[in-house]
Amino acid sequence: MTSSDTSSKRRRSSVALRLVRNPLGAAGVVILLVMVALALLAPVLAPFGPNTAAIGNTLAAPGGDFLLGTDSAGRDTWSRLLWSGQLTLLSALLCASVAIAIGLPAGLIAGYFGKAFDGVSSWVANAILSLPSIIVLLSVRSAVGPSVWITMIVFGVMLSPGYFRLTRTAVLSVRNELYVDAARVSGLSDARIITRHVLSVVRAPIIIQTALIAGVAIAIQSGLEFLGLGSPQDPTWGAMLSEGFRNIYTTPMLMVWPALAIGLTTGAFVLIGNALRDALEDMPGTRLSVKALAGAATAIGTASAPVRSRIPSTVSVRTLAEPVDATPPEDAAEHLLQVNDLEIGYPDGDGGLKRVVEGVHFHVDRGEVLSIVGESGSGKSQTAFAVLGLLPASAQVVGGTVVFDGVQTVDPQRRRIADDRMRPLRGRRISYIPQEPMSNLDPNYTIGHQLSRPMVKLLGVSRAEARKRALVLLERVGITDPQRTFDAYPHEISGGMAQRVLIAGAVSCEPDLIIADEPTTALDVTVQAEVLDLLRTMRDELGVAILIVTHNFGVVADLADRVAVMQQGRLVEEGPVREILHHPQHPYTRALLGSMLVGREPLTPLTTTTKGPTS
Amino acid sequence: MIAFTLKRLGSGVLLLAVICTVAYALLFANGPSIARNIVGDQATAEQVAAKQTELGLDQPLPLRFLSWVGDAFAGDLGRSWFGPITVSDALVTRLPVTLTLIATAMIFVTLIATTLGTAAAVKRGWIDRVVQVGAIVGDAIPGFVVAVVLATIFAVQLGLFPAVSSIAPGAGADAWIASLTLPVIAIVLNYVTASAQQIRSAVIQQRERDFVRTLRSRGLGDGEILLRHVLRGAAPAGLTVLSLQFVGLLGGAVILERIFAIPGIGQLAITATVNGDIPIVMGVVVYTVALVVIVNLVVDLLNGWLNPKVRVS
Amino acid sequence: MTETLLEVDDLVVAYPRKGLRAGATEILHRVSLAIEPGRTMGLVGESGSGKTTLGRAILGLAPVTGGSIRFQGRDIAHASRRERIALARDLQVVFQDPYTSLNPSMEIGRILAEPLENQRIGAAESRARVRELLDRVGLPSDAISRQPREFSGGQRQRVAIARALALRPKLIVCDEPVSALDLTTQARVLDLFLEIQQDTGVSYLFISHDLDVIRHISHDVAVLLHGDIVEQGPSLQVTGQPQHPYTQRLLLASPLPEPDAQAQRRAERRRLREEERIEGAERRTAP
Repeated sequence: MTSSDTSSKRRRSSVALRLVRNPLGAAGVVILLVMVALALLAPVLAPFGPNTAAIGNTLAAPGGDFLLGTDSAGRDTWSRLLWSGQLTLLSALLCASVAIAIGLPAGLIAGYFGKAFDGVSSWVANAILSLPSIIVLLSVRSAVGPSVWITMIVFGVMLSPGYFRLTRTAVLSVRNELYVDAARVSGLSDARIITRHVLSVVRAPIIIQTALIAGVAIAIQSGLEFLGLGSPQDPTWGAMLSEGFRNIYTTPMLMVWPALAIGLTTGAFVLIGNALRDALEDMPGTRLSVKALAGAATAIGTASAPVRSRIPSTVSVRTLAEPVDATPPEDAAEHLLQVNDLEIGYPDGDGGLKRVVEGVHFHVDRGEVLSIVGESGSGKSQTAFAVLGLLPASAQVVGGTVVFDGVQTVDPQRRRIADDRMRPLRGRRISYIPQEPMSNLDPNYTIGHQLSRPMVKLLGVSRAEARKRALVLLERVGITDPQRTFDAYPHEISGGMAQRVLIAGAVSCEPDLIIADEPTTALDVTVQAEVLDLLRTMRDELGVAILIVTHNFGVVADLADRVAVMQQGRLVEEGPVREILHHPQHPYTRALLGSMLVGREPLTPLTTTTKGPTS
Repeated sequence: MIAFTLKRLGSGVLLLAVICTVAYALLFANGPSIARNIVGDQATAEQVAAKQTELGLDQPLPLRFLSWVGDAFAGDLGRSWFGPITVSDALVTRLPVTLTLIATAMIFVTLIATTLGTAAAVKRGWIDRVVQVGAIVGDAIPGFVVAVVLATIFAVQLGLFPAVSSIAPGAGADAWIASLTLPVIAIVLNYVTASAQQIRSAVIQQRERDFVRTLRSRGLGDGEILLRHVLRGAAPAGLTVLSLQFVGLLGGAVILERIFAIPGIGQLAITATVNGDIPIVMGVVVYTVALVVIVNLVVDLLNGWLNPKVRVS
Repeated sequence: MTETLLEVDDLVVAYPRKGLRAGATEILHRVSLAIEPGRTMGLVGESGSGKTTLGRAILGLAPVTGGSIRFQGRDIAHASRRERIALARDLQVVFQDPYTSLNPSMEIGRILAEPLENQRIGAAESRARVRELLDRVGLPSDAISRQPREFSGGQRQRVAIARALALRPKLIVCDEPVSALDLTTQARVLDLFLEIQQDTGVSYLFISHDLDVIRHISHDVAVLLHGDIVEQGPSLQVTGQPQHPYTQRLLLASPLPEPDAQAQRRAERRRLREEERIEGAERRTAP
């Protein structure tokens, strides 16, 4: 076990460390530090004042007293660069401070308390965001004359909606988190909840935003000065660039130095901002997308294993090291689907491969229902997606074969399911019913379109014919008003209806095999019963085989002919449903069945006798 | 959809009204200072007062504003203080120049960014890296610096394009093309990677959605899924970025027009600002905000049209 | 007469509608139930029944627009923030989702200390209590300095239970606390709930959609449908011989893990549905 006491300190310091280790980030930090140092040391380093002009020595070449030459007024370019840096960096600081000072509190209040303030401030923020800032700054310049500071304050106000939105969104997402509810139940004050649970969430994005905004501030400030809208007394890089641009035919180098200074500084800020973002996104806790990609892979992962092993278990689950004997049967060709020694892995980031499915083998016959049962991380869904040829791009089929009606779909060379072999099968021969009904319909198209399009495409029927068939299908899956559902968008129907629609879609091209991945898990029990009825009817009437993945033995008992039990990527037991449920051989199957609450004697009488009302 | 449209329209009109009020108050409030600015520091107090009366700045601000609003509804935004021209005429002659520049650039940005962003999301690999690095570089270098460098190299050093634009409303097409090429390239270089990056993220996000897998399981081709379902879903995010860029360009054009000497609204705005020609500045604000309101309304309607949840209700 | 711990009378919860349209959406319509000390009230219902809202109303997280919630004799339906601080000692919560109910950026130790801080409990005492709590829920003591992401779903739920226990409450509202867990983990966490009740005499309002879970853990059961309690009574009676047609339907819909028994249950469910259909038709045709 690693020294876990320091884990949180490590986490905080590691962000800074990652920032510096990132070569681009380190470059940004170094450039910025140099720029700040030069600006701070301007009084010491600059040989001349910012506006000291050597009248007789205009547009001098570099060298001698003038390290980088002089401009058209005879002012020393090197000195002016340093003085300009001071003013430019300070103005960026001012601008970012104003933006934070307005945006952060406003965002906190709007997000946390909502109501009228939220409505008004959001409108104002949108209004400000939709204004072109240069036009606004031009009119401010018209009204109050040239002043770097006022310009930057106004620009800070213009940028504050960025912070406002960022903070508000973060607060809104946190406000409805259950841990904030738990804090409320504990009686924590709003101020406490905001500082503890909310600010910690917005801190990182605000730092990133500030780095990016400082760059923008410098760019805008320089742009305005370049237009000649600044005060002539104030030395800035923008004004120098403008001066250089005017003398471009005679002394083009005059333009190079300020352009370089502007580019380097804004670039440094952007590099720091990006490196910070990368550093934060690489933090283990925030890597959600990676987890989603290889769900099964991480569930078996070692991250929590050391702790897990210490949990005293009231239900003893022993893991069998050896899977059941897996000799493939000779008559493979006669089965509709035959999976042999299937192995699936994901790259683990260290050049190795984490196996989520190992040596799995089973078959499905025509018109038969096989159920794969297991807990999360057992590899049951990965196995189902391999049959469908819809594994995530990073998945590798390391070994084994998948034979569907004589077609072997695994491409051992490329370690994946061969798409060219799979394409004629998908939809037409093998179809799919997903777990979550709502998210599996495209919200932008009507139910009817999503139902009839595959029929037009795969069966080659006309659109009118596809429409007719879709209506028949909708009626068949028990939808009372098919025409209305046909014309509806997904958000207009209920989850149970959506699952019926998806089942209709799965049988629309008369497939031989349906892969159903936890098809009732997201549904209410009463709806689940109806959906199971529907699946049974489809099997009976169409003779379609079903491979159903589930964690619920009730669903297994209701629908399956045969069961395969999976644990941590391996198939531990397989057989006819009654045999497995009545006489489970493998200890894991027994443990699973033992965890079922159905038929167990409730333990509540135990607790009532010990502590009863005393009076 | 009608209620939605009216709501957006109302919000836009409100924005225009608020901005006009604020801008008018800001620009016209300080009568003496405006007059002093015009007649110069050496002028006597009497001269300043006379100028103030001449421009009508001695009247109370609310009164002046109300009469300005009345005139504005009749299409009259006042006259320039420095030339024999009405504000509307000055703006109307220059608006097409600026709009042509922005619209041309945005068409290129949209096409290139959509292609690049989608390719980066789908193919990953080197295109993805180009977009990622390009987005950082694009952010890191201010747009006007890019424009200055382009002008220096191609117009001044190589002489390939006219450094000073000569486009007048009556000029021929080739003159327009020659004048617009460099500024359009400058805009595209500056904007394309940022929007490509956004479109890339939207497409990636869309491709990971559950229904994409289900559509594939139904036997639909990858091309159809990408064009009809993924890009359709990513469109609102792309539209938002592009509309923000369009609005940003209304400001950015000011600097570009200066660098490439394009006689558009931006040039007019700078001259007016430097001179203190307040009616012209006010006119620029009104026109710009009106444009912003129109663009936002179009984008809102497009988004509403794309999203059935808004459309069907 | 025994002293009732929690008494909910004619509770109405309504959320104001969004947008400009006036009015409110009523989630609960005059719901009443009571919980005795040391006992568990199971609240079962499907999505949209309002079961979560009832729990949140008791915790002060949902707007009460009618009726009363009496806790140890005091009406807490509109308790102020100050009263809630005092109430926190006796009334706690365990939520469904073990992934969002713990702040991902806080260490387990700080998460568990949070309820203690507000009650002016010293640092040393607080630390000792946190260790005790971890031990109580079967987590190693080095969990203090770890972050939620290092734990599995079942372990996180143990942390959430420990947090609820921190102040030795009299009632814990458990909102679907085992629904997100695997079968084997679910059984273990339920056993933990029962053990804790046995040891401490805490009461639970146990909210779940799963009739089997409810039967396993509850003394009394209330069945919620569209914001109304349709049936209420001793657990074995309600889950064994349900009287209300909806409870019957609920019971028959939950599949048994034995093919032949399930086939029988399925047939029964069909018969009930057929009867209801005929009855409904008769009612419609009757004058």
